[in-house]
Amino acid sequence: MKKATSSSTAILLIVFALMPYVAPLVGEVFYVDVFARIMIWSIAAVGLNLILGYGGMVSFGHAAYIGIGGYTVAIFSFHEINNGFIQWPVALVISGAVALLFGALSLRTRGVYFIMITLAFAQMVYFLGVSADKYGSNDGLNVWHRSHFKVGNVDFKIDDNITFYYVIFFILLLVIYFTRRLVKSRFGMVLKGSRSNEIRLNTVGIRTYSYRLTAFVISGVICGLAGILQANFEKFVSPDMMDWPRSGELMFMVIMGGLGTVFGPVMGATAYLVLSEILSSLTIHWHLIFGPLLIILVLYGRGGLSGLFGKSND
Amino acid sequence: MDINIFIEQLLNGFQLGMLLFLFAAGLTLVFGIMDLVNLAHGSIYMVGAFIAATITLWLDSFILGIIFALPLTLLFGMVLEFIALKTIYARDHMDQVLATFGLILFLNEFVRIIWGPAGLAIPLPILLDGSIDLPLGIVYPAYRLFIIIIGVLVAIGLYWLVAKTRLGMLIRAGASNRIMASALGVNIRLLFTAVFGLGAMLAGLAGMLIAPINQAQIGMGEEILILAFVVIVIGGIGSIRGAFIASILAGVIDTMGRAFLDVLLLALLPSNAAEAAGPALSSMLIYLLMAVVLVFRPQGLFPPRGG
Repeated sequence: MKKATSSSTAILLIVFALMPYVAPLVGEVFYVDVFARIMIWSIAAVGLNLILGYGGMVSFGHAAYIGIGGYTVAIFSFHEINNGFIQWPVALVISGAVALLFGALSLRTRGVYFIMITLAFAQMVYFLGVSADKYGSNDGLNVWHRSHFKVGNVDFKIDDNITFYYVIFFILLLVIYFTRRLVKSRFGMVLKGSRSNEIRLNTVGIRTYSYRLTAFVISGVICGLAGILQANFEKFVSPDMMDWPRSGELMFMVIMGGLGTVFGPVMGATAYLVLSEILSSLTIHWHLIFGPLLIILVLYGRGGLSGLFGKSND
Repeated sequence: MDINIFIEQLLNGFQLGMLLFLFAAGLTLVFGIMDLVNLAHGSIYMVGAFIAATITLWLDSFILGIIFALPLTLLFGMVLEFIALKTIYARDHMDQVLATFGLILFLNEFVRIIWGPAGLAIPLPILLDGSIDLPLGIVYPAYRLFIIIIGVLVAIGLYWLVAKTRLGMLIRAGASNRIMASALGVNIRLLFTAVFGLGAMLAGLAGMLIAPINQAQIGMGEEILILAFVVIVIGGIGSIRGAFIASILAGVIDTMGRAFLDVLLLALLPSNAAEAAGPALSSMLIYLLMAVVLVFRPQGLFPPRGG
C-alpha cells in the first residue's frame, strides 16, 4: 500500500473514531447518525468488494443479504427474542446459507448471466419480504428493542446511540482486518487468480469453483452482518432495504472506492453517502445531478478514490 | 376448478407474456448484437407510456396516441443511444450496468419534472372497452385480447424481419460475429443504431399498451425490467425465439401461480400454512423456474449460436 493511500485511510478512520465528539462541537449531532450509516454501508461494501474486486464476480443482488440479516433480527424481535447471542448467529447463518444456495446456482454461469441471476435471486427475496403479511409486507416491520447481549449477570446493551456507534466502528475494523488477512492468504491468491485466469488455475489442479463459492458465502455473511447492524440502528426493516436499487448503490460504493483494495469500499461508501446527503439537501430533484455524476464516474473514474490517492494492489 | 376461469387466467398469462416479449425482444437483441446490458430499457418503456398517454389525452384518441408516440419513442431511443449509450459499448458489463443505472435515476427524475410525480391515467379506447364472447362461453376483455394479438403480430413480424430480410441477415451476422461482419463491409455502427431504435420502439409499444390498464407511472420500467431479465436468461440471451417462448412461459406461470397456487396449496397443506406460503411462493415462481432452467441449461433454453 502506498503512502498516500494509507494516510487517507488513517485520516478517514480518525474521522470515524472522533465523530461522536466532533459533531456536538460543530452543533450538528445528526452527523453521528450519518456516519453510523456510512460505517454500516462500508461493512457491506467491504463484503461485496471481496467477490467483486478480488474475485471479479459482479453480484447485482447483495442487498438481499443485508435484508436477510436485518429481517432475521426484526423477526426475532417481533417474537420478543432480543438476545443478540441468539439473534446475531442465526442471522449470520441464514445469510450464509442463502448465499451458499444462490451462489452455488449463480456461479454455474458467467458474465452477464451472473449479473442478471444474482439480481433475480435478490428480487425473489425482496418479493418474499413484500408478501410476508405477518411481518408488515410493504410497510416494513419495527424493531422495538435493539439486540442486547446477556451472559450471566452481564447484560450489554446498545440502546445508547454513542455506544452503538462504537460497536459499529469496532465491527468495521474487525471486518477490514479479517478481509485484509483473507485476501493476503493463499485463499486470496486463488481468488485473485480466478479473476484473471481461471483456466490456468484449473490446469494446475485448483478447483476454483469451491474457492469462488466460499468467497461468495463469506461476502454474503458480511452483508448479513451489515443488515443486522442496520436493523438495530434504524429500528426498522422493510423490503425496500433489499430492493434492487440498493444492490446497485452498493456496487457504486465499491466502484467509487476503487476495486481491489481492502479500504477502497469504505472511502467509496463515505463518498457516495456524503455526496447524496449534500445533493439531496440542495434540491428534491437531486437525482437529476446524481445520475449523470454516477455515469461520469463510471466512464472516467476508473480506479476510484483509492486510485486517485495512489494505486495499490494488495 | 371452473374451466372457464382457468382459460381466462391462461389468457391473462398470455397477455402478460406478450407484454414481456415486446419488452424483452429489444433487450435481448441489443444484448445479442451490441453486447450491451441496458437497464435503461425500462426507462424507454416508461417514456413511451407517458408520451402515448399525453397524446391520447390531447387528441382524445388512443390509436392516434400510439401512432404518434411510436416514432417519438424511436427518436428518443436513438437520441439516448447517440448521447449516452454508444460510449459504453466497449466497456465491460459491470460498467454498463452501473452507467445505465445512473441513467435510470436521471430519466426517472426527468419524467417526474415534466409530468409530475403522479401517474398519468388514460381510459381504455372505446372500441376495445368491453368484452368479447369467445367459444366455450368464455367472456374475455377485448383490450387484453388486443394486446395478445399485437404481441403475436409483432412476433411474426420480427421473425420475418430477422429470418427473411437483408436487415435481418445483417442482424444475425452482427450477433454471431461482430468483427467479421464489419470486416466484410457491414456498417456496424449504423446497424447498432437501427437495432437499438427497433428495440426502443417495441419497449415503448409495450409501455403504451399497458398504460390504459396500469396508467403511466414513474418506476413502471423497473418492475418489468427485472421480469424481462428473468425471461431472457431463461430464453438464452440474444435469442428472439428464446425470448418469445420464455415470455409466454413466465407470463403464464406467474399469472397461473397467483391465481391458483393458494387453492392448490390448500389441498396439500394445513390451511394456515397454505395461506402464509401461497402469496410468497406465487411471487417467487418464475425465479424458481429460472433456477431450475439454469441447473439444467446454464446458457438458457436457446443459447445463441456463434459468438
